[in-house]
Amino acid sequence: MALDKTAEDARPWIEKAQPTHPALIDTRHALADLYNVVNVPTIFWIDERGRIVRPNDVAFGTDTFKHITGLESARHLAALRAWVSGRTPAPAADEVRRQQPLPSAEDQQARAEFGLGQWLWAQGRTAAAERHFVRGGELAPHDFTIRRGTMPMRGIDPMGPQFREMLQSWVGAGRPYYRPLPDTAGTKEN
Amino acid sequence: MSTFTVIDGERAVTVAARLSGGRVLLDPAGLHEALGWEIHDGLLCNDAMCIPLADASALTRDGGVDLAGFAAALDRAVAVDVAERAAFLGGSARERAQALASQQAPDFTLPDLAGHPHSLAEHRGKKILLVAWASW
Repeated sequence: MALDKTAEDARPWIEKAQPTHPALIDTRHALADLYNVVNVPTIFWIDERGRIVRPNDVAFGTDTFKHITGLESARHLAALRAWVSGRTPAPAADEVRRQQPLPSAEDQQARAEFGLGQWLWAQGRTAAAERHFVRGGELAPHDFTIRRGTMPMRGIDPMGPQFREMLQSWVGAGRPYYRPLPDTAGTKEN
Repeated sequence: MSTFTVIDGERAVTVAARLSGGRVLLDPAGLHEALGWEIHDGLLCNDAMCIPLADASALTRDGGVDLAGFAAALDRAVAVDVAERAAFLGGSARERAQALASQQAPDFTLPDLAGHPHSLAEHRGKKILLVAWASW
């Protein structure tokens, strides 16, 4: 699920990867709303009965960004393969419940502000959209699908100085940008 | 009376409305027609359910339905832009939290690059890795 402003933003990656699985486009952040996603990448494991057995974890498919994130793809991929092949059971239900982050009223208000901003932006009402993107980020400062994810709609480089400044101020205050579950995060690398 | 656009999920509907002291007052007939909700006998009802209102008079002002009060009665977030005459009804934090706490993965339907819709439920019976990513 690509949380991008248009399908065209995600297209080059999907076309290059040629996935055999569905690769979907989520311009309205429906997934963020339903699953309380606050950053990318966020991954979930869902079992045969449709139950979440690994909630809101951070994992990369490759080591492209390892030098920045400190997160190794191998750790998650090995755990995933072991679960899929049945070599290891899914995490226990009470452990999953404990790890599942739940949205607050402010989180949902922030998502409503995003929703209004996204609708206005899609209509070309960009100055009005900006107000709601900013308000959403103020209400849920930990929600980078809003704070960073709206940058391309606001004419801001999401890899540029404004993002780096945001990241520095966030991390500088002792708050992690990525919050992987303990067994994905590993021990000392992070 | 002028209009207000209310976005509810993928639907954007236009409802007759006016502004009064910073409040958005929706025309009751317009609200019923556009979103299916009406207020009677202290209840907020649509075809499927009725919600008892703690204070129905607070929701209805000067013959209009207060948009903020309407969203609050539904326990939904609402974002409003008075200048753009548009409002977005968001999800209920309580509903979303209950759904996730149940550990049942919420279903959704989203398009692929070709615009074809796919739902999570189509893959029931298989183990699924769900990945939220973005080009940014």
